[in-house]
Amino acid sequence: MKEFKIAQPKSLDQVTSLLSQKNTDYALMAGGTDLLDEIKNKIIAPEVVIDLKSVPDLSTIKMDKTHVSIDAMTCVADLAENPIIRENFPVLVEAALSLASPQLRNVGTVGGNLCQRPRCWYYRDPDTICRKKGGSRCFALRGRNRYHAIFGGGMCYIVHPSDLAPALISLDAEITINGLEGKKNILRLEDFFTLPQNNVRKENVLEARQVLSEIRIPLPKNGSKSTYYKFKERGTWDFAVVSAAISGVISGGVFRDIKIVCGGLAPIPWRLKKAEDFIKGKNLTEEVIKQGAKEALTDARPLEENTYKMGLVEAVLYTAISSMI
Amino acid sequence: MNKGKMKKGKTNTFTRRDFLKGFGSGTLGVAITPKLLAQKAESIQTKAGEVPVYAKKQIKFTVNSKAYTKVVEPQETLLDVLRDKLSLTGAKKTCDRGECGGCTVLLDGNPIYSCMYLAIRADGTNIKTIEGMAKEGKLHPLQQAYIDKDAYQCGFCTPGFIMASEALLKKKSNPDLGEIKKGLSGNLCRCGNYTKIYQAVDQAAKAGRS
Repeated sequence: MKEFKIAQPKSLDQVTSLLSQKNTDYALMAGGTDLLDEIKNKIIAPEVVIDLKSVPDLSTIKMDKTHVSIDAMTCVADLAENPIIRENFPVLVEAALSLASPQLRNVGTVGGNLCQRPRCWYYRDPDTICRKKGGSRCFALRGRNRYHAIFGGGMCYIVHPSDLAPALISLDAEITINGLEGKKNILRLEDFFTLPQNNVRKENVLEARQVLSEIRIPLPKNGSKSTYYKFKERGTWDFAVVSAAISGVISGGVFRDIKIVCGGLAPIPWRLKKAEDFIKGKNLTEEVIKQGAKEALTDARPLEENTYKMGLVEAVLYTAISSMI
Repeated sequence: MNKGKMKKGKTNTFTRRDFLKGFGSGTLGVAITPKLLAQKAESIQTKAGEVPVYAKKQIKFTVNSKAYTKVVEPQETLLDVLRDKLSLTGAKKTCDRGECGGCTVLLDGNPIYSCMYLAIRADGTNIKTIEGMAKEGKLHPLQQAYIDKDAYQCGFCTPGFIMASEALLKKKSNPDLGEIKKGLSGNLCRCGNYTKIYQAVDQAAKAGRS
């Protein structure tokens, strides 16, 4: 691996102060499982890696009267085993256990999972300089694109790799971003992710001098249910081909409120608003659910090799929702 | 350095190998001074105070119940340090990308891919590798079960599998087949010996309970 130095700050203020120093190329390391992969594969070559693990007290899960807060450095395994999370947010536990392998879940963190870089094979190939790496083309558009986006593409057709992000967005999570001198920004996680047309180099709005520090989820209302269904090619240890996180309030066999957020479909976790609108308030028959998916798919623009994802969206939604009733 | 001193006392049995070894540690002795100096961190003065930045750092950690102090560089993985600096070559460097599980070791009891974990982060931790499984010349029940069930062909993935199995059984002493599969899902066997691997874990679990 290419040489780098490591900075071990003791507070988030030190982290953001470091990030604001000029003339040095920094990289933030949470769990590091994706970052080291990028360094080994020569996708990035930071001079200094900032070790977020050296900052104390960044990995607890707490509950108050209205919210559950998860520190960004909480590892995915701890998230999945936490009794507060298990009791309140099944979708989050299912998403956490669906991702990577036991070894990676012990090291990878919640914050790192939300900020991980895409798996697109053109992006991950050190010799291909695509738009995301400062080049002038997206090679997936006319190249091999079976795993790429059917929504929200254009400049770039990656799909967002996170499983936790759709789950957390479906739960109306918000995040805290720390900036310089203790400044904190709170925004909805849904607004954190950004499409390639806004900035093709990035997947989120985190700026160079900022660090994601906390995720907050409102406690579920009475009658809330949630689930995560992930279609992947291997039984385990795989990224989603298509996944759906569904959270809502069901009573009398009808969704009074529903949020559907998909993985594997777009450069950001993709909300199927048209499906939500169609399904809400209706009796949950197979026909209604599949028609809901069809409504949402009117906006899809599949590429040459990924039309199959259209059918998968219907199947994944049907499987997920029918497991909730 | 100690090794070099010991050899000096035994000059009458001095061999070519001893000479080379002694010469090696002598060179190390010379080289160690700048190394030790280098581990003193530079620091960057920020508005929020001084932040240490290391190009080398001395770490202390325990591997298989033995305490070690080593100078490591930031880009060195735990796997590289175990293999190259501690001569513990049980953990295998196979894919080197956190995908195959051949490098699995336990860090404070939890299985991790040591190829995707910086050694510098292992400071103060407790590591267990396949070399720490057998006790007093007696194989660990898991090792015995892997032998009894022929749970390997080429054997290259076996140390990683056994460490993942150990972590699984520490958490769940009575796993069903589904739980065994999930517990070992981060390890690949390219000989495809999974069925027997699962049987071995099952046997070890039963032996542990009896």
